[in-house]
Amino acid sequence: MTPSPDPSLWRGLTQQRISRRTMLKGVLGGVGVAALGSTLAGCSIPGSLGSQNEVKVDWTKFWSDQKPTTKLNFANWPLYIDQDKGKYPSLQAFTKKTGIAVNYQPVIQNNAPFYATVSPLLRAHEDTGYDIVVMTNGWELTEMISNGFVIELDHSKLPNFAKYGAANVKNPPYDPANKHSVVWQTGFTGIAYNTKLITREINSLQDLLDPAFKGHVGMMNDNTELGSLGLLATGVEPTKSTPADWQKAAAWLTKQRDSGQVAGYYDQSYIDKLSNGDTWITQAWSGDVFQAIAGGNKHLKFVIPQEGVMLWHDNMMIPMQAQNPLSALSWMNFYYTPEIAGMVADYVNYVCPVPGARDYILHELRDPVVANSPLVFPNEATDEKLHNFYVFKNYDDYEEWNKVFNPVIQS
Amino acid sequence: MSAALGTEPVTTAQLVSEPIGERRGRKRPLLPIIYWVVIAITMVPILVMIIYSFNNTPTNRITFQWHGFTTYWYENLTQVQGLGGSFLVSIEIAVLAAVISIAIGVPLAMSLERYRFALRGPLNAVVFANIAAPSIVVGAASLSFFLSSSVPLGYLTILLVHVTFCIAYVVVVVRARLSGMGTVLEQAAGDLGANPFTAFWKVTFPMLIPAMFAGAALALAMSIDDYVITSFVAGPTVTFPLFVYGAAKVGLPPQVLCFGTIVFVVALLIALLNGAVTRRGGAKS
Amino acid sequence: MTTMTVGTPVDKKRLGQTPLERQEGRFRRSLKRHSTPYLLGLVGIVWLLLLFVIPLISGLAVSLMTGNPEQGYTLTWNWSVYYDVFFNSGVSYGLFLWRALWYAAAATLVTIIIGFPMAYFIAFRVSQRWKNALLLLVALSFFVSFVIRTDMWAFVLSDQGPVLTVLRDLHLAGKDFHILGTSAAVIGGMAYNDLAFMVLPLYVALERIDPRLIEASADLYGNKTRTFTRVVLPLTRSGLFAGILLVFIDSAGDPVNASLLGGTHTYVIGQAIQDAYLTNQQYNVAAALSTVLMIVLGIILFVYARIAGTDNIEDLV
Repeated sequence: MTPSPDPSLWRGLTQQRISRRTMLKGVLGGVGVAALGSTLAGCSIPGSLGSQNEVKVDWTKFWSDQKPTTKLNFANWPLYIDQDKGKYPSLQAFTKKTGIAVNYQPVIQNNAPFYATVSPLLRAHEDTGYDIVVMTNGWELTEMISNGFVIELDHSKLPNFAKYGAANVKNPPYDPANKHSVVWQTGFTGIAYNTKLITREINSLQDLLDPAFKGHVGMMNDNTELGSLGLLATGVEPTKSTPADWQKAAAWLTKQRDSGQVAGYYDQSYIDKLSNGDTWITQAWSGDVFQAIAGGNKHLKFVIPQEGVMLWHDNMMIPMQAQNPLSALSWMNFYYTPEIAGMVADYVNYVCPVPGARDYILHELRDPVVANSPLVFPNEATDEKLHNFYVFKNYDDYEEWNKVFNPVIQS
Repeated sequence: MSAALGTEPVTTAQLVSEPIGERRGRKRPLLPIIYWVVIAITMVPILVMIIYSFNNTPTNRITFQWHGFTTYWYENLTQVQGLGGSFLVSIEIAVLAAVISIAIGVPLAMSLERYRFALRGPLNAVVFANIAAPSIVVGAASLSFFLSSSVPLGYLTILLVHVTFCIAYVVVVVRARLSGMGTVLEQAAGDLGANPFTAFWKVTFPMLIPAMFAGAALALAMSIDDYVITSFVAGPTVTFPLFVYGAAKVGLPPQVLCFGTIVFVVALLIALLNGAVTRRGGAKS
Repeated sequence: MTTMTVGTPVDKKRLGQTPLERQEGRFRRSLKRHSTPYLLGLVGIVWLLLLFVIPLISGLAVSLMTGNPEQGYTLTWNWSVYYDVFFNSGVSYGLFLWRALWYAAAATLVTIIIGFPMAYFIAFRVSQRWKNALLLLVALSFFVSFVIRTDMWAFVLSDQGPVLTVLRDLHLAGKDFHILGTSAAVIGGMAYNDLAFMVLPLYVALERIDPRLIEASADLYGNKTRTFTRVVLPLTRSGLFAGILLVFIDSAGDPVNASLLGGTHTYVIGQAIQDAYLTNQQYNVAAALSTVLMIVLGIILFVYARIAGTDNIEDLV
């Protein structure tokens, strides 16, 4: 206790000017509140585990009971579909052919916050308001599937997927036999930079430490992406990494941050920061950069660093209690054609799940740049540089990862 | 803030001081300089918003380069999917929240202002806490409550929470008016044989109408602009501020600026109209 | 209100009543009188209890739960969470809380320094007919959505934006100079967004001052400084108190300015609460942080109210 500056001040602070009556009221109020509190004691927040699994659904019956609807609510990430002055040509083609009106909502900024938004609804068996959601292979997607939060797909209504889908999007390890998901796009996480502000050649993740770019490096605030970059930078194969490796990666990232390199940890906003010059070099998703270039930012460049890039798949899924599951299936089927997948790939510039789209882009859309880009239609050379995300064994494993990498982002 | 809305300035005192004030003002320009410089700075984002809503950008996002004047974005306001819908959701919730909070808040203000009862102190404290508590705490607490009582998040929870914080603003505004009115007129009505209900309906209520409008306007403004609290309880529902916040991450589509400009102009017109009406009313009496 | 029966026809009726009936009537009236405020306020009381008081308590309850998003959270009265989040979580929540408080204090100070001359100008230097217009100008930014106007600042102040481009062209700023991403940007944003919360109550307080007091002070040979510190400042105490309260509390919990205008090393408690709740689903941690923020602000408010000597803080809002 430090000596008080003025006794009267402390008296004023400590001695209440209240009567016995108010005191009594206060006590009564306190007791009331405590009573209320103890009634809350019985309450809890249900977990997601098994909350929808308990009910075994007969999926054949489920699908045969469905009636066609004329609506589709499609939740996707921003800048992830072909656009023309604010319209979506591929969706318009779909509406024209099927009569299904699409309510396209680019509301997904990141996997974790989106999952946190929908999971309370899903475990309460409520409709999320979406018929299709697009999520990256990772912890949240695995949770969605293992908790029974998504509807099993009826592949008899997806003939185009079987016919046109690339071999590498079929039967992925995170969703055997594509029971719950089909790929929307595949992509790479590498680095991108502004060639006007950085004149030298960039080819390594270590360039993110170059003091010349101090305060102008953008990093992602998705801890899976950020941690994986740290692992690659420290020379560790993410899928085989251990918590000790994570610590080393976090140390690399913390050093980068504390030396003043990092301008910020961004979600989708990283690409805006890069194109308007706030950041000069940034961790980046391949397609975003090509879209930005196509949108007039000719001075941007995406590179595959020598340490390699992360490979990910974003997947379309139908959440439980969706109102228009048949519409969702017919969109998935409609998408898996060279024409539509080609239209989307030509705009978003991610890896197209339909290899046949290449010819369509080359001959119909006459866009050889995209058709010959190894980042849209990869070749063997890029394959060597590809790494997959670490697969979490259980929640504790995932929590450990969070504990290591969240302190890097939250500073 | 609310104190300012509820209080009419005392006028006699200033009338006396004006000559002195003006003389001083001429001699010392520091205060007006500070005032106008700060106002100019606060106008910067507003002007930028208005100007760039007319920029003919080739992409659908705002950029610094000026590509020429266009009204294309105004003509295609609803082209950005989700923007128009989120705006409607915000308007709906704001209007509903204002109406409901008036219906609940006016009687509550009456009871707090005109009666002494055991719960008055705690209720006063709750109303005060409701205004004083930071939005983040209110939002987080509401989410805790909805999660632990398994109420699904969405439109309804947004409305419930908005009404809750609007009630406090309505109570404050209406109480300020009630305490300014005094009870003399009501007592006179009682003396003339009116029962309490008639006295309220014929005397108090008409006098409260301006305060009710002020309270409703404040509630509407608070509701339509709230981001922090809504972000917790919205679930998958998207209101206008939530949409803007999400869109800001990838660069705003120009239509967001158009909506902002339209709201700004409409609000400004209402404020000017209100000012003109008040001034004319003041001149008459 | 309650004296309405005096001199009304009710008295005559009462004459024919037996004492017992009269007793009963009085009881009923008294019951009615006592129940009126409750009946009037019933819906409001229930609403605020159900959707404001109970949520605050359930915030506390959730903070004492343990679990994870997969298994769910159950109430285990785990009070140690309040120790763990600050000392055992690996994330420096204590720093974020401290940072939020000092940002808020700095923003409050900025609004006082800027807002006082503005309010003083409107109150004393402007003729009556222009006062409302000048006040409207102060509040004008409220007509633009909070998120839009904050993001417009981010747009204007970005590294390739007009402000920095001009500064660099004039060689007033180096290539490494930024505004966005710094603490100053966050504090500036908070001060900008809350300026009117300071100016308006200050104006109301200044407006109430009788200018004759200032003249009297001058007549008594008080120089300008002394007149200001001894007469004007004490008389604006209530306005200053209200302004500080509104600006400080609003800024201390705000996550938006820090996330739109900040960068690394500007992370505040508001963002931490949002992230813990809305990204990581660490409900107990989020609730604990929010409860701590509420209690810390409550203590600051209480101590401040005592020092400022205001007895009835409710009057100020």
